Amino acid sequence: MLQIIARRLVQMILIMITVSLILFVIFDSDAFKKTIAVHELGGYAVAALSDSDYQGWLDKKGLNVPAPQRYIKWISDIFHGDLGVSYLKNEPVTQLLLERLRATGILAFWVFALMVPTSLVFGILSGMREGSKLDRTLSVAAVFTTSIPEIATAIILSVIFALGLGWLPSKSPMSGGFDGWQLVLPVLTLFLYDFGYVARMTRASMAEVMQSQYIRTAVLKGLPFWRVILTHALRNALIAPFTVIILQLNWLLSGVVVTEYFFEYHGFGKMLLDAALGSDIYVIQAATLAAVALAVITQLISDIGYMFLNPRIRFG
Amino acid sequence: MKGDTAVAVTTIDDIAAPPRDWLKTLRSARSVAVLIALIWVPLMLYVMFGNHIGDAAKPYILVPAVPATALLFIIGVSAWRESPTAIVGLCLVFFWLIVAVTVPYLPIFDPNKPLMPFAPVGAVKGAHTFWLGGDWKGRDMLSRVLWGSQRIFIWGITATAVAYVVGAMLGLIAGYRGGWWDEIISFIANVLLAFPVMVLYVLILTYLGPSGLNLIVAVTFASAPGIMRIVRSLTLDNKTRDYIFAAQTRGESPLYIMLVELLPNVRGPLIVDACLRLGYTTVAIATLTFLGLGLPPPDADWGLMIKEGASAAMMFKFSYMLLIPALAVSSLILGFNLMADGLREISLKD
Repeated sequence: MLQIIARRLVQMILIMITVSLILFVIFDSDAFKKTIAVHELGGYAVAALSDSDYQGWLDKKGLNVPAPQRYIKWISDIFHGDLGVSYLKNEPVTQLLLERLRATGILAFWVFALMVPTSLVFGILSGMREGSKLDRTLSVAAVFTTSIPEIATAIILSVIFALGLGWLPSKSPMSGGFDGWQLVLPVLTLFLYDFGYVARMTRASMAEVMQSQYIRTAVLKGLPFWRVILTHALRNALIAPFTVIILQLNWLLSGVVVTEYFFEYHGFGKMLLDAALGSDIYVIQAATLAAVALAVITQLISDIGYMFLNPRIRFG
Repeated sequence: MKGDTAVAVTTIDDIAAPPRDWLKTLRSARSVAVLIALIWVPLMLYVMFGNHIGDAAKPYILVPAVPATALLFIIGVSAWRESPTAIVGLCLVFFWLIVAVTVPYLPIFDPNKPLMPFAPVGAVKGAHTFWLGGDWKGRDMLSRVLWGSQRIFIWGITATAVAYVVGAMLGLIAGYRGGWWDEIISFIANVLLAFPVMVLYVLILTYLGPSGLNLIVAVTFASAPGIMRIVRSLTLDNKTRDYIFAAQTRGESPLYIMLVELLPNVRGPLIVDACLRLGYTTVAIATLTFLGLGLPPPDADWGLMIKEGASAAMMFKFSYMLLIPALAVSSLILGFNLMADGLREISLKD
């Protein structure tokens, strides 16, 4: 098993190096150097600049040294916690990124706190008795909630609860300090989409276990049904949902872009989108790198966790 | 509208009742492909290159697509009649597809003409009745939502198709050739799969700039790795079967074996995956347009309608501006997902 973990680690490091190279190449092109110049000197100044003056400016900024050298400097800067400066916000990217990741972390925490227990309970209950009324209701509900895109969920929820009933604020900019009420709609939006998927996965895993030989043996042996479920079925049925749930973190990094933008919640997703629309290149670069790092790490955790949980691999 | 339904009903009666075998011949892969091309090519010409086509020819381009859509719907219903889920999905998807191909012939207003800003639902102005209200500029919501289906369909289907061609080709090469080809292709796929999807979209579209064609490139980068993985594993499954050995012994070229022998034999799971992916791509395109990274205004588009509604009218009184496109896109995605579910059911039964 150590060998598999080592292989995964090597693979992860290779992926991170490739991603950083790709990002470096994309953001080091002439067009993007020009964007930096426009941000620093102003658009008209750059247009009026003669070629030699522009080259001189590049020299001064250290952008004219060969690419490998600049790549090494860029990487070592990252390890020193320097990710450049945001032009739009006028502050160091590192600080901005940490602040926004914290905000999205709060959002993600509540989504998971709501999603994990509900989807596990419903998934297990409906997988326990396949074809029961609860099972069929859950299947239909899950198809609906996963089919409605986040943007539509966000609209429907805010039309009902914010604009119609007026119970909740329709936007969540948190301008007057932290406000729990403003968190409700974004959390619900992400929860509704995610719940159906995880519950379906749990149901499928539970249903598969319930059909296996050892469960039938336990039932035929005359054990009480609840004991069969709790001590025999659950252990194996929860392995697959575990991986699915961990990997939802990766999905959440995509999902927050729309949700945070719609509700104006100042988190990671909105930062990325604002940066993309305003060509704030250091922020895009840093955000992408952070997102990939997070995604790769969650993938690794889910792989290793799966190996630990699954006895066939643990002792294999 | 009424005339159209009447025509459709008679065709169902004519075809579905006695000559069963005729319908069965039509269900072959080749005739379905021809029908899809008959719908897709005119729609693509109409939506993507509409400006280059003269006004005289423009109204006639979509004519072959209308009967083709009706026929494809009948074929779909007869092929999947054992699964009610698939039929419901098919009906939802084909409702919008029929709207997309017939919308120029429907008696509705010009979707880009400002008539009555913030017209409430059911408002009447002169000869115009705003059945679904008007938007912030006064354009009729009903005609905008119907016209919007064209763009959603054509960009969604085209992007998915391109991603499928690229992904399937790479998957076939990686699976059939193996060795270094496999190592390199799989590694690239793993790198791309490491990006959260939305982050990848934002990155690519910022780099290339927002436009329809760049949207196709972005969708290809985001979906092709996943498609490649599926095709690769299916190819590995099939590679050691006898029919492949037979083809190799006959001396067929690897390209022939991949495209003519392998691909048709792995198409079952791919069709299910394609339905799901059509849904994802549609959501992605609508969402990216909403975020300001997708299709440019002013033509009607559900994502754009949401974007404009969200910035112009966040009040309960005007919430129809947001709800209508949101429900339209949800119903289409629901259709794709139900189709995928139903197809999976059918394939499990076999």
